Order: sequence, then C-alpha cells, then structure tokens
Amino acid sequence: MQPTTQSFKQNARVALSDAQLQRALAGLPTGLVANRAAARARLPEFEDLRDIGRDIKDHTLAHLDLYLEEYERNATAAGAKVHWAATAAEARDIILRICREVNAKIVTKGKSMISEEIGLNDELQSAGMEVVETDLGEYLVQIRGETPSHIIAPAIHLTQDQVEADFRRLHTKLPKDRVLTDPAQLVGEARQVLREKFVAADVGITGANFLIAETGSSVIVTNEGNGDLTQSLARVHIALASIEKIVPTREDVSSILRLLARSATGQEFSTYTTFSTGPRRPEDPDGPEAYHVVILDNGRSEMLGTAFREVLRCIRCGACMNHCPVYGAIGGHAYGWVYPGPIGSVLTPSLIGVRDAADLPNASTFCGRCEEVCPMKIPLTKLMRHHREAEFELGGPSARYRLGLKAWAWLAKRPRLYHTTMRLVAAVLGGLGRRRGAFRSLPFAGGWTRHRDFPAPQGRTFQQLWAEHKAGAPR
Amino acid sequence: MTSRDLILSKIRAGLGAKANDAERQAIVQNRIAAKARHLIPARVTNRTPGELLALFRGFLERESATVLELDSKQEIPSAIANYLRSNNLGARIRVGGDPTLTQLPWGSEPHLEMLLGRAQPSDEVGLTQAAAAVAETGTLVMASGPDNPVTLNYLPETHIVVVEQRNLVPAYEDAWDVIRQRFGPQSMPRTVNLISGPSRTGDIGGRLVMGAHGPRRMCVIVVRDPATS
Repeated sequence: MQPTTQSFKQNARVALSDAQLQRALAGLPTGLVANRAAARARLPEFEDLRDIGRDIKDHTLAHLDLYLEEYERNATAAGAKVHWAATAAEARDIILRICREVNAKIVTKGKSMISEEIGLNDELQSAGMEVVETDLGEYLVQIRGETPSHIIAPAIHLTQDQVEADFRRLHTKLPKDRVLTDPAQLVGEARQVLREKFVAADVGITGANFLIAETGSSVIVTNEGNGDLTQSLARVHIALASIEKIVPTREDVSSILRLLARSATGQEFSTYTTFSTGPRRPEDPDGPEAYHVVILDNGRSEMLGTAFREVLRCIRCGACMNHCPVYGAIGGHAYGWVYPGPIGSVLTPSLIGVRDAADLPNASTFCGRCEEVCPMKIPLTKLMRHHREAEFELGGPSARYRLGLKAWAWLAKRPRLYHTTMRLVAAVLGGLGRRRGAFRSLPFAGGWTRHRDFPAPQGRTFQQLWAEHKAGAPR
Repeated sequence: MTSRDLILSKIRAGLGAKANDAERQAIVQNRIAAKARHLIPARVTNRTPGELLALFRGFLERESATVLELDSKQEIPSAIANYLRSNNLGARIRVGGDPTLTQLPWGSEPHLEMLLGRAQPSDEVGLTQAAAAVAETGTLVMASGPDNPVTLNYLPETHIVVVEQRNLVPAYEDAWDVIRQRFGPQSMPRTVNLISGPSRTGDIGGRLVMGAHGPRRMCVIVVRDPATS
C-alpha cells in the first residue's frame, strides 16, 4: 500500500470537514468504548490478565527465534507448508506462486491487515485473479476502492446510506425495487453475494491472530465466520502471519484471548476462534487439500534490538484507536497507511521510516488513554516520543520550529530567569485579558488563536500560587 | 542465505542471542512441556456442575442462542423436531458420521429427513456434537473430522449442537486437556472451532446483525449428566 503519511496534515483537514465521516465516528464513545468498559467491569481479573499477557509476549519475543523454529517443526509435522518472507515483495511472490500453481481464478480472503501491508490484492488482481474480501467491512471498502480505516472495523467510516448506494450500484443482477432500508437486509444481500464466492473459490487466504509453537497451529478470530468459510471451502488455504504472532502454548493463547475480544469489541469472547493445524486429513470429508503458512518479517526483526520491541506485543485489538481523541476526530484514513491510531503512529514510522511518517508520532495529545487501555501495556506515548526525537535528529522539523525549541530550552534551563519571565508574562497577559477573560489573537500564537480563543492567565503563575499556598496565605 | 536463515539471524542479532544456545533452548522446551496455566477467572473456580451449566447457558442466551437441557440423549430427536417446528424451519438435517448422533432413535420423528456427510451450500440445518464446552464464556469446542465435518458449523443457516454435560468444563485450559486426552499431548484435530453463538456483524453503521456468513441461529442441546444433577 502506497503511504500518504506525508500529507497527514492535509488528510486531517479533509477528514475534519467530512460530514459523513464525522457522523460515522460519532458512534465510537457509546459503541466500542462503552462496550469495552462494561466487559472489563464484568471480569475483575482483567488488569491482572494484562500483566500476564505482557509477560507472555515479552518472554516469547526474547526467545522468538526458537519459538518460530519450534512452530515450524510442529506445523510441518502436521502437514503444513511453511514459507518465510523477509520482505513484502517476497511474501507477494510466494502467495502468487502458490495461487498460480493451482491455477487459481477466484481467491477469497479473510481479514488480514498484513495483506494490506504487503499490497497483496493488487498483485493477485494484476495476475488476472478475482480477489474477494469476505469480511463484510473489508468487502464494503473493497467495492469502494478504499482501504480499511480501522483495524477491526474496516468500514467504521461508512454510514448505512453509503452502503445501500454501493450495493445498488454494484449488485445489478438483483431487482432494482428491492428494499434495503434495514442493516439486516444489507447483510442478507452481502451474505447471498459472498456465499457464491466462498463456494467457487480456489484459494482462501486468511491472516492469523496467533501461531502456536506447541502444536504448529494458526489461529483466526472472527465474529462473522467468514474466515472459516474462506479456509474450509477453498482447495488451498494460505495463512499469512508476521513473526511476532507466535505464542508458546495453548495455555498462553488462552490467557491472551481473555483480553482480545474484551479490549476490541467488549464481547466476552469473539463468536469464532479457530485453530487450524495442517491440511485436510485422509479421513476428513472437508477442508483444504493444502495448507500454507507465510511468515513475514518486513522490518520487524530490526525492531527487536530497540525500544520498539514492545510494539511487537500488539495483538491488534484496536482499543488504542477507539479511545484516541485524535483518531476519534479524523478517523483512520488520514493516518495515510495500513495501521491508524496510536499503534499506527508508533508502528508506521518503524516500518516505513520516520522521515516519511514524521507527522504521525506528532499527531498525539499524549493524553495517555491508549496505553491505559492497551491489553499488552505497550508504552505508546513513550515510543512516540522516541520517534519525535529521531525526527528531530534527522533534521525533520522546520528551522523556525527548531529555533523555537532551542529558545525554549535555553530559557527552561535557567530556572530563575524562567520564573521571572513567566511571572512577567502571566502578569501582563492577566492584566490585558482581565476584561474579556480570553484573547482573540496573540503574537506568536496564531496557530492557536486561529481556531479558538486563548484563555487569559489569572495574573499569577502556578509557582507563585503554590508558594503562597504553602505559606498558608489566603488565595 | 535463505530468507528463513536471514530472518532468524536478524532476530538473534536483535536479541543478542547465539544460535544453538543450549540454555535458551532448554527454557523454550521446558515452557512448552510444562503447559503451565496462568490465571483462571474466579467466575468458574470452585463451582458445582449446576453452577457451571447456569453460567454456560446464561452467556449463550445473552448471545442470542437457544439452550435446551435434556435428561437423556434419547430425547434429542423429539427436541430437535420441536425446535425446528417452533422456528418454522424445514425438517431436513445434515449430520456427519458421529455415531452418537446418527444412532439416536430418529424413528420417533418419521418426518425428519437425515442427510449424512459434509455440509452442502443448500443445507438449511446442521447438527454436530461438541467435543467440550467452556462455562466461562458459554463457548463450544468443536473438533473437526469425519464425525463432525467443519463445514457443518458454518454453512447451514441453523446450527444445532449437542454437548454432554460431563464435557462441560470451567475454563479454556480445561478444554485443551480434553483435546489432549483425545488427540494426544501435542496433537490437534485439523480444526478446533471455539464457537460462542450465532454468526454476527457490526460492520454496517455499527448495528449488530445476526447471520453475517455463518449460522443465523444456534440451538445448543445439553444432555444432563445424572451423576452431577
């Protein structure tokens, strides 16, 4: 996928004035956010499980090479064909080759963010194959020529009216006068259209939420059951997983699964959690004849020796973006690449380079809600700060911005001068702004006052008030 | 250098680890052999079978599944006939090769038609048996194979699942022990499906709709264990 991260500011401006998008995003606080809070409240051990989840992933990452080898051994013993892809291009080549070998015409897909990351659909379509996304949200964005705007709710930016218009435009074989006013009618139509594709598919491609070293299994988690139809009805199943998806045992994955659905949608458990081990057995009446697993690195191994190793704990629940005030205001597309929200602001610069994605780690108020809800306790704001430092080192910010920072640093390192200056500023602004309580415009603060008033200080600094408070003076 | 070796060597470089480090290998092998459990939620610890069943049932019903409790397997055919009739569904059922299902006294319901084998796209009702059930979230554990082909869990619009109460366990970890007992300590059936209700989606305007791709409705029949009730 071609990043548009460099035009983040422009993307964000467009998003803020997109009335449809704003209507669609308005449901987040009462939807996913409220559901997660309720699910967490129903499970008193939730916070303890977060520590356990973090520890499982930390242990696994510290022995990642060995767990991958163990996984490969056990998966191969069960009949899986395991492929290793160092880069996105290599992963595309492997998958294209497998599809060509079986002369695939129709390829169905379960939801996979990694397939977005490597740009898989374009590759297969260029080779003449029909590629059909089967997760309903992914299908909706595919038929619009868009990309997912959320990692678990890909079509969260769309309203019901838009879906109806798209279905009428695309499903032209169905009667024109059919009624599509209820979401259930729209889901029913998608079910009918996609069911034909499931049955006709030659190859089914899914992602993997986890790989289990103990058994050589891949795991997918869905609510629709589309991933299961994708992988059970096609002749060939290809599971695409990045190196950090591995966990040691079924006990380990059970603990993490207790966090995943609750953090993502606020469900007790997702409707379908499926463990796949090898292809169809000789005695099996159904299932894929061949089962391939493509293990993708694409820059992740280079994060292991850095502070960004912690990002590799991510289980892609989406809680960080659901709770992010920036995501809530601009949605996912503005972030300009595959992974939006706080996790994207940390992951994207690591994967495509800080230079191209410099605005993302800056697109945060550092309110910290993302790390408060992250089931894997990833220190997202700390890691964004690391990216900001790297950006500064690379000479990213403008000369004016750097000069401002330098001046500030000079002042902040001289406490007496700093406090005197601040007292002066507070007194002067406090005096000037006393009547209105705020300023409509201020020199050097145009970026702020263009959009809202700047509140006038009370006349004294916090340090002054604190000193008086400690001295027992009336305030 | 193959991509496999390249990736593994980059990982080792990042971790500052050497290849063939016996100490690290022992840590990994011991962890896998130990299969250590972590935290089991209090909601299912020290519960009677009756309490576990109530919990299991409650979660499934919350997710819009129907739960029927029977005292004997012999009652299954008539319970299914009643369920289909009351939901205005056709009387044709697809079932795999599971002898405990195929050898039930179906003669009592002569109008019910049984089709054997894997599911076909035209099937409306699928009947399978769960290998285990987990009380902590109302979750069925389905093991694929000739007895219960995986397509039966997903293709038909109505999914009927039989589970014996003696296979109802508190937590996911207990279900893995059931699977280990049946398939071997480190082996798995080709697919294990953990299913917690009928198929659903929230992808259109955030509104929950049942029956996205898998079954629209689900009926779970629990055969009570006389030893526990």
